[in-house]
Amino acid sequence: MKKKLKFNRDWCKGCGICVEFCPKNVLELDDELKIYAPRSGDCIFCKMCELRCPDIAIQIIETQEESDEEK
Amino acid sequence: MAVTDYLREQFMPHIWCPGCGHGIVLNSLVRAVEQIGLEKNDVVMVSGIGCSARMAGYLDFHTMHTLHGRALAFATGAKMGNPRLKVIVPMGDGDALAIGGNHFIHAARRNMDLTAIVMNNNIYGMTGGQFSPATPKNRYATTAPYGTIDEPFDVVKVATAAGASFVARSTTYHVNELIKLIREGIEHPGFSVIEILDQCPTYYGRKNLSGSAVDMLKHFKENSVKIGKGTGAPGEIEIGVFVKEVRPEYCDKYESLVKEVQGGKK
Repeated sequence: MKKKLKFNRDWCKGCGICVEFCPKNVLELDDELKIYAPRSGDCIFCKMCELRCPDIAIQIIETQEESDEEK
Repeated sequence: MAVTDYLREQFMPHIWCPGCGHGIVLNSLVRAVEQIGLEKNDVVMVSGIGCSARMAGYLDFHTMHTLHGRALAFATGAKMGNPRLKVIVPMGDGDALAIGGNHFIHAARRNMDLTAIVMNNNIYGMTGGQFSPATPKNRYATTAPYGTIDEPFDVVKVATAAGASFVARSTTYHVNELIKLIREGIEHPGFSVIEILDQCPTYYGRKNLSGSAVDMLKHFKENSVKIGKGTGAPGEIEIGVFVKEVRPEYCDKYESLVKEVQGGKK
């Protein structure tokens, strides 16, 4: 099992709370003020973004490694 | 169950402004319910009017969206009707303390097993930023362009004085603690009040030059102290559990009265 950040762009309103309080500086807002993770390799899955997101737009999900390879 | 399983996803994204603290409370509440392992059919959410009251619409429990300030009265009825249910009442500071002030103190006095979540953003957000009973003195609002001269209510002190048997306070910055407190509040067998200081960047933030939602969360982070660890400086936010006592619960007392009164009959 592998953990992975999953964003819901339709729900994200770009408030920037997750970006500011990420301890590893993983997240950023793109040109449309939507969340993305340019440094996802640094993520320690502490869930601070997921728990503080007012829009419930971030989820840390567990995936099978082989499904990652398929993509 | 996943967190999104508790949501009515067809109504998402919600109407709250970007960075609104109510969303963080919704997020924490769902996680608390998930941790306790409550079924959706075991929970009733009763809300009044205001930004905070919209929460009932987004959650897939039994929900009622009722009159301004009167949510606790409707919740009392729901709980009396079926004491097995967990009843959660999300309220704003104005909804709880001004319009519903009387319902609030009397619900606390009865000690019925309800969980009142008071989302205190210090202002009436939905109606355009009027000052509320929780707006601190000298702070600005649409109806206080030169600063309010009113003394604010302290939700924790009001709830404690009125007789609530579980009283706690946290902020939307302290999410892990918030989940824990909501969980404790729901599990507590009596009237629970959880005051959550949350940010209204659109009205309170702009009127008081508090900056963005991020800046307001930083303010909570920097000014919060655990109970008893503070210096008493103005603006300090004491967080934690203030009251936790197990006292006779209203529905239990009612049931035993019924049994006692009908005791002689076969």
